Amino acid sequence: MAFVIEPSEPVKIVVDHLKFFYSDHQVLKDISFKVPEKRVTALIGPSGCGKTTLLRCFNRMHDLYPGNRYEGRILLDGENILDPNYDVIKLRIRVGMVFQKPTAFPMSIFDNVAYGLRLQGLKNKTELVDRVEKALKDAALWDEVKDKLNKPATALSGGQQQRLCIARAIAVEPEVLLFDEPTSALDPISTAKIEELVVSFRDKLTVIIVTHNMQQAARVSDYTAFMYMGELIEFNKTEEIFVKPKEKLTEDYITGRFG
Amino acid sequence: MDAVKRRKIVNGVVLVLSTLAALFGLMWLFWILGTLLYKGLGSLSWEVFVGDPPGPGDNTGGLKHAIVGQTLIVLIATVIGIPLGILAGTYLSEYGGNSRIANFIRDLSDVVMSVPSIVVGTFIYAIMVKPAGHFMGIAGSISLAIMMIPIILRTTDDMLRMVPPELREAAYALGATKFKVIKDVVYRAAITGIVTGVILSVARIGGETAPLLFTSFNNNFFTLNMFQPMASLTVTMYDYAMSPYKYWQQLAWAAAIILTFGVLGANILGRVIAHYKFKK
Amino acid sequence: MARSRGFWADWTFGKIAAISAFLVVAILIALAVVLYGESRLAIEAFGVWKFITSTVWNPPMEKFGGAPAIFGSIVSTIISILIAVPVAVGIAIFLTEIAPHYLRTPVGVAIELLAAIPSIIYGMWGLFFFAPFMRDYLQPVIHATLGKLPVIGQWFEGYTPGIGLLTASIVLSIMILPYTAAISRDSFKMVPDVLKESAYALGATKWDVMKDVVIPYAKLGVIGGIILSLGRALGETMAVTFVMGNQPVIPHSLLEPATSITVTLANEFTEADSDIYLSSLFYLAFILFVMSFLVIAIGKFLFLKRVER
Repeated sequence: MAFVIEPSEPVKIVVDHLKFFYSDHQVLKDISFKVPEKRVTALIGPSGCGKTTLLRCFNRMHDLYPGNRYEGRILLDGENILDPNYDVIKLRIRVGMVFQKPTAFPMSIFDNVAYGLRLQGLKNKTELVDRVEKALKDAALWDEVKDKLNKPATALSGGQQQRLCIARAIAVEPEVLLFDEPTSALDPISTAKIEELVVSFRDKLTVIIVTHNMQQAARVSDYTAFMYMGELIEFNKTEEIFVKPKEKLTEDYITGRFG
Repeated sequence: MDAVKRRKIVNGVVLVLSTLAALFGLMWLFWILGTLLYKGLGSLSWEVFVGDPPGPGDNTGGLKHAIVGQTLIVLIATVIGIPLGILAGTYLSEYGGNSRIANFIRDLSDVVMSVPSIVVGTFIYAIMVKPAGHFMGIAGSISLAIMMIPIILRTTDDMLRMVPPELREAAYALGATKFKVIKDVVYRAAITGIVTGVILSVARIGGETAPLLFTSFNNNFFTLNMFQPMASLTVTMYDYAMSPYKYWQQLAWAAAIILTFGVLGANILGRVIAHYKFKK
Repeated sequence: MARSRGFWADWTFGKIAAISAFLVVAILIALAVVLYGESRLAIEAFGVWKFITSTVWNPPMEKFGGAPAIFGSIVSTIISILIAVPVAVGIAIFLTEIAPHYLRTPVGVAIELLAAIPSIIYGMWGLFFFAPFMRDYLQPVIHATLGKLPVIGQWFEGYTPGIGLLTASIVLSIMILPYTAAISRDSFKMVPDVLKESAYALGATKWDVMKDVVIPYAKLGVIGGIILSLGRALGETMAVTFVMGNQPVIPHSLLEPATSITVTLANEFTEADSDIYLSSLFYLAFILFVMSFLVIAIGKFLFLKRVER
């Protein structure tokens, strides 16, 4: 009954009959769709619909807590990342994540951005400096922090910290970047900056963004997946889904009749 | 990728080391617990609870005097400590709020809480035992009460501050006085937390020995007179364990297990109530 | 104007509550004043610096110096912290990050319950079980290893019945272990999950997350907790009294019997037969009070306060 299109671009991730259980409770019910490469895909839906749960499957964040169980497959470049033997550490290096609230580590601005690189064994000081600078520039934060790289990151404003987290995530050059409602704790100006960044990543990496804000999904994404009660209702090009949704539920949600 | 491999190896090594540290620490603790259970349960008998104190070299006798003494001393300490602790906590939360003086009292109360217990004993000796000329049970109770007040003060303060201000405002809006608001609304909302705090503080001071050494001291006879030296399980344990008599040492282990069960029982009771509360 | 109904109940309650709160302040002041007052005789007789540095504790001669007791208190506290802290932090790491989830709560509660066991139990176990174990098994091992080291080797010499400074320090370390582990764990637990997740999301291992995020974040809390444990060890009486040996000397070796402030007080306070003897004991109690006050002040106000805000 769900309306799901095949993206016209090359496919980066295939979600294949994915079910997710937390304890005995089934949170995701048989979800299948394809995430196009180097495009922005938005996950929308009312709260509790499972969009964040789905997002956290892509880097197996659920593995940190007991009682989780996946069924079905998620193929990243054809490899099933849900295979219990799949190396989650390598997965998380390839699939980065930015969280709802800024999560600056208790260290300096520079060390925050360099952290992922150091984890990968990069020790060369000049290369570190170059990569940190590039990441901060790509995250549009460089001009604001270049004179205080050794200051603690927690001294930055909320919006700056969130861009710092984006810089930290892109510094390791992931192939996929996950955003979990990245602007929900931010003011409108900071939100606009983050949205600009998300758009700028198009053509460079595959982005999946969870948002509760439909206008945001319309502004930044190429494709949109609408979820409801743990099911995927509709997956379509963003302009299609917002202009002429195929499913009644999608239409109701977009026109504000519930949620 | 070999950096990743190295990190994984380091990770594995550290995980093993900290697991070993945990096992090493737990091993000692279980050794102690094991000997306590082994020696203690082996020494328990009906005679232990009802028998009169043994004389030197006796092979019969019990701890009735110490069990009753311990109960009385802790009971009186609780009767003194609870109202003072709760009232002081109420003052800090409901009258002091975040004022400087309230925060200052909070800090000082924390300092009192960490004064070495034997020092509290010497203090009470100086102000009560020395002027009276003899040890007395009530002095032990007051030593324990001094240790108890800051604990109850702290939990009461914390628990009352968790009561949402809207609740107070709603009562004030009906024309209640501050006293009525505190008595009928704030205390009711926080009662489980306060009870938990009180029980945990009893568990905490119930096992103290040092503050009793120079206050209630010890008494080889059964007494209910709080103004005379009074035996307690803890001081009796100390004296009996240090004695050369096998039977006395055995009684010390019996006292140890009675005391531990009492203290842990109170502790578990407090936790169960707290758990029930936070589950709700 | 007439007072409204309930005014006097309100007024009285407020005053009684205030008096109760100020009673805490009064207790602390009274403690300091009384201990100082009772020590006056000894302070006048032996001074401050001279009392702290004099190693002679001779009741029959009425000569009292606090150095052996102060030395024993400080050394046993330091050794117990050195032993307990690494193990406690290991337990805390184990409980927050490593142990399977179904073990975390029961083991955590077990540790907290062990922290609630009266310290006299630890002391009795030390006397009846650990001291013989020390004499028969650990002492030879210590002679063969630590005793062979240059310079510090001499601290681990001598044959004793198992009672002494090191035995007391080890029993003390076991006693403060659950307490230290519990507060370290509580500090680690305060690290927000999402912060740890962000490190995991970059491909960090458990240990990476521990050392780069959890420990730096919880550092002040853990240090504060360690200092509070130190205060606890310093003021502990019953865990050490049984096994310290009560010899008022500064021992040449850690294996030898020694004393500490609390041990001296517990053993001699009720036997003091002269005013100067009793006053010297009060003087020791006063010194312990000041020492623990300083430790608590440093732990609470330098470290833990910054965590709360």
